Amino acid sequence: MKVLVPVKRVLDFNLKVRVKPDGSGVDLSNLKMSINPFCEIAVEEAVRMKEGGGGHAKDAAKEVIAVSIGPEQAQETLRNALAIGADRGILVKTEGEVEPLAVAKLLKAIVDAEKPDIVILGKQAIDDDNNATGQMLAALLDWPQATFASKIVLLDGKASVTREVDGGLQTIDVELPAIITTDLRLNEPRYASLPNIMKAKKKPIDVKTPADLGVDTTPRLNVVKTAEPPKRSGGVKVKSAAELVGKLKEAGVL
Amino acid sequence: MAVLVVAEHDNVSLKEATQKVVSAAKAMGADVDVLVAGSRAGDAAGAAAKIAGVRTVLHADAVSLDKQLAEPMEALIVPLMSGYDAVLFPASTTGKNVAPRVAAKLDVMQVSNIIGVDGADTFVRPIYAGNAIITVKDTQPKKVLTVQPTAFKAAGEGGPAEIKSIAAATGAFKSAFVREEMAKSDRPELTAAKRVVSGGRALGSSEEFHKVLDPLADKLGAAVGASRAAVDAGYAPNDYQVGQTGKVVAPELYVAVGISGAIQHLAGMKDSKVIVAINKDEEAPIFQIADYGLVQDYKTAVPELMDELAKAGL
Repeated sequence: MKVLVPVKRVLDFNLKVRVKPDGSGVDLSNLKMSINPFCEIAVEEAVRMKEGGGGHAKDAAKEVIAVSIGPEQAQETLRNALAIGADRGILVKTEGEVEPLAVAKLLKAIVDAEKPDIVILGKQAIDDDNNATGQMLAALLDWPQATFASKIVLLDGKASVTREVDGGLQTIDVELPAIITTDLRLNEPRYASLPNIMKAKKKPIDVKTPADLGVDTTPRLNVVKTAEPPKRSGGVKVKSAAELVGKLKEAGVL
Repeated sequence: MAVLVVAEHDNVSLKEATQKVVSAAKAMGADVDVLVAGSRAGDAAGAAAKIAGVRTVLHADAVSLDKQLAEPMEALIVPLMSGYDAVLFPASTTGKNVAPRVAAKLDVMQVSNIIGVDGADTFVRPIYAGNAIITVKDTQPKKVLTVQPTAFKAAGEGGPAEIKSIAAATGAFKSAFVREEMAKSDRPELTAAKRVVSGGRALGSSEEFHKVLDPLADKLGAAVGASRAAVDAGYAPNDYQVGQTGKVVAPELYVAVGISGAIQHLAGMKDSKVIVAINKDEEAPIFQIADYGLVQDYKTAVPELMDELAKAGL
């Protein structure tokens, strides 16, 4: 079985984004960029399918391919995935914003060429917070989808996936090939060891362009303005529970 | 202009998120129809027909629609779009699962998680966990949007609108429902609750989390939430998670207990009307947005708060 894992380079999750004063966007200059946390979980799961562990038999996956769509520096994100244990990388080099619909089209072209049995990707990128790419790719491929996965059991020709839904858990079976998107509790990604980081530097990364894949990545949506969120002014400190209850009564919320 | 709103329901009852998404649709200045897709969901369709300003309720009833899985929902909605300029889904796990699939089939880029509508083609949405707010113009011939229900007021009662039965799509779907384990609780549902009590990593264990927060929630008639740190540590189930990657809540009263206030948590609760923070660390970022901050160990603060609430007749 072959597994494809798309990964995105995003602002490190510990950092707070700055809105440009002229409202033209956000300022990412000189800020640390990292692999999107949900993508990291996807890589870990795919590698477990290969190495065994997390309920998967060893060699359930024969090959794990990481794909990133982004600038030249997205190579670092791919190296990150390779250090966790992916076998090789594909970088689709783009400039500027690429919307999920265009990302899904680029990934479809790669899926058509690589023919994986599973595409596993993060449910959401923590920069644009769209939560759309996996579902869009499933639609373009006419594949079934299991989003927000917290558990994956590989069976003969299908995957049984437990999904985090509002109010609890839902388990569905999807025939392979299928799209799976990861939620937080699926696994805890490993820290890549130094030898594996060194090894990752030697793994191959194939570089392509949207033109190679025949995809137009022109954005469909026009961002007119980027603003700071309305500030919530901090209120008062109270000294005791009694004072707190008094204040809450005054505010009319008790 | 005509807009289709996809109803949020569990076949038995219609969820208030539907009325809120109808308000967002009306703000686009459109005729609004509501789609109730389910299995034996007649009561939910009946409730949808009583929402003020709804023109028609489309009711599709089939076993394949019982759990509103992505494939049958896509197959149902995509053909309907020849009659609509836009389709709006609640940003629930059901809506977020289905909407992008419909969008890609229509070759449309979706606008996710909108919190404001400025006319027929301009929408406001948060990015970076709500640390930036963008205004997006969408001039695509068909629009697909998911709507953050907490950002809109529920449409009132009116009607009744006509209920039209429509056929579900037939076909061989490659996904099948197996089972679900839904949390059973007498407490209000987190995203719809008027009061929410949330706990963070300071609670230290699952046992402590429930021992401290459950009685307080019961006293306040509140739902229980948790920070991602508490969920990560296994103190609370994932469906309690409030934040960027969990649920967005906007209750009248939000009580944060032992929560430091990471960016990603604030994204899920900062639109609450009144925020109370209880934390022994006076430097905790949560105090910067709390209306009332109590710098005290929760171990003494929560029992005292329980006593004071009892004195106040709660």
